[in-house]
Amino acid sequence: MSIQNTTADQQHNPAVLLDLKHISLSFGGVKAITDISFDIYEGEVRAIIGPNGAGKSSMLNVINGFYHPQQGEIWFDGKHRQAMKPYEIAYQGIARTFQNIALFKGMSVLDNIMTGRFTHMSKNLFWQALWKGPAEQEEIANRELVEHVIDFLEIQAIRKTPVGRLPYGLQKRVELGRALAAQPKLLLLDEPMAGMNVEEKEDMCRFILDVNDTFGTTIALIEHDMGVVMDISDRVVVLDYGRKIGDGNPDDVRNDQTVIDAYLGVSH
Amino acid sequence: MSADFLYTVEVILNGLMAGVMYSLVALGFVLIFKASGIFNYAQGVMALFAAMTLVGIQTGQIPFAHLINAVFGTDVHHFGWQVPAFFAIILTVAVMVLFAIIVEKYILHHLVNQEPIILFMATIGLAYFMEGFGDIMWGSEIKTMDVGIPSGGSLWLEEYTVGWAAEGERYWGMYIDKLDMVATAVAIILVVSLTLFSQYTKTGRALRAVADDHQAALSVGISLRAIWVIVWSIAGFVALVAGIMWGAKSGVQFSLSLIALKALPVLMLGGFTSIPGAIIGGLIIGVGEKLFEFAVGPMIGGATENWFAYVLALMFLVFRPQGLFGEKIIERV
Repeated sequence: MSIQNTTADQQHNPAVLLDLKHISLSFGGVKAITDISFDIYEGEVRAIIGPNGAGKSSMLNVINGFYHPQQGEIWFDGKHRQAMKPYEIAYQGIARTFQNIALFKGMSVLDNIMTGRFTHMSKNLFWQALWKGPAEQEEIANRELVEHVIDFLEIQAIRKTPVGRLPYGLQKRVELGRALAAQPKLLLLDEPMAGMNVEEKEDMCRFILDVNDTFGTTIALIEHDMGVVMDISDRVVVLDYGRKIGDGNPDDVRNDQTVIDAYLGVSH
Repeated sequence: MSADFLYTVEVILNGLMAGVMYSLVALGFVLIFKASGIFNYAQGVMALFAAMTLVGIQTGQIPFAHLINAVFGTDVHHFGWQVPAFFAIILTVAVMVLFAIIVEKYILHHLVNQEPIILFMATIGLAYFMEGFGDIMWGSEIKTMDVGIPSGGSLWLEEYTVGWAAEGERYWGMYIDKLDMVATAVAIILVVSLTLFSQYTKTGRALRAVADDHQAALSVGISLRAIWVIVWSIAGFVALVAGIMWGAKSGVQFSLSLIALKALPVLMLGGFTSIPGAIIGGLIIGVGEKLFEFAVGPMIGGATENWFAYVLALMFLVFRPQGLFGEKIIERV
């Protein structure tokens, strides 16, 4: 399969793909994120967890370029990233899924995943209008890769179905497929298992791990299901009230007193 | 065949072709509404402006001649050359693309995330601005559109069909305007190519993606601004085609901008979000109003074409508010 990315050897001296330094974000007077720093290694599965309103989604939106932090630096792929528009971020190699599925509901599964190839298709309007020639070749080449993604996610049977008609679990899978088709350096998943039943969760876990193993894609994910998080992630960062309260291996984080307090509540 | 039957066929054919002309205008509305949720009141004025620009370029008019004369006391009006229709059309397309870029940069860009009603108001402003601007640029007198489209009844068809009527009946053959035939052919080509473009190209998919979900579109790398420029350019091109056809039919003049009003009932029938809907809606209105005028008109004093489309649209609003092909409005509780 050709969805290959550079895999870092995690055992020795991991390379940092994304480095967030002292990020602060506020909306008017409301502070969503206060002075958070953490990094993501190449090839790892990094989980961001925390109670509701901890600033997890805001963090993802900062990485994705939907929000611009007032303070702090973002280093991606070894370069200091200037504030840029979300669509430019996609060209940098960051793809994402959304907490509330954001698919193109009127379009077929195939077309949805094809939009994921947008940043890789460079033939301009002139060639597209002509259709025959370079634009057609480009279309075919990208279509082939999309078919690989469809096979990989085991959704061959529904490829021509408009996504609006699909059940929730499958829609989540198609959304993953769209992000995957972009062959991202960094894949952001915002609650990929929210609202799923046990079986669907197991499927999704398997796909996430497979993506990470097979293509070496770096993954950052937000998830509420602690069991899932502890199982699939290499490192976990814990947020609470917009601050970082924990960072480390799943086992360390699980036994951290501050983290336990944040989740279970503590009497002051 | 009886002459009455032949007349009816002729009325239906003419209705279909009139319908195509309505569809051409409605198409421009649908394109912009689908991609940006804006009901573009200025679509009719865009057709007028495009037609004026085309005639102006073709006849070698000096833009803003009146203004220049008033300020400098000169008396200029024409460059003195004629531009061939083909090149004039290409230049006009370029002007419409420029127009799309300006609209995006100075209007839409500042109104992102505003209520639809505010965007609608902005297009009303745009319509009046363009109307005045067009007049200053090319003058307000009635112009004739001549890009070489044949017009007048088709003699061949008349002679071919004249013998069809039963013996002894008075029948002079079928009358169908050649201009209408060309308009129909052009509309078919336009719709087919637009559909193919939106189905099978990267930009076409991006257009549909933006119509569905802005956030998701951004996340896969689609620039909303670029898409809006493309959509308004296509709408400008469709306006040009409508402007040429209507201009060739009834002259390039202010009333051309009012064809937008004829597109409204078409949109209510076909739905605001469906390209096939705009076509079928236009055809139904065209045939409906011609047949109604033919069959019922004489009994109630005629001139039913002025109101029939609106009454039909009203009935649709009562029984099927989303139109024939519009997305079904489902409220989930």
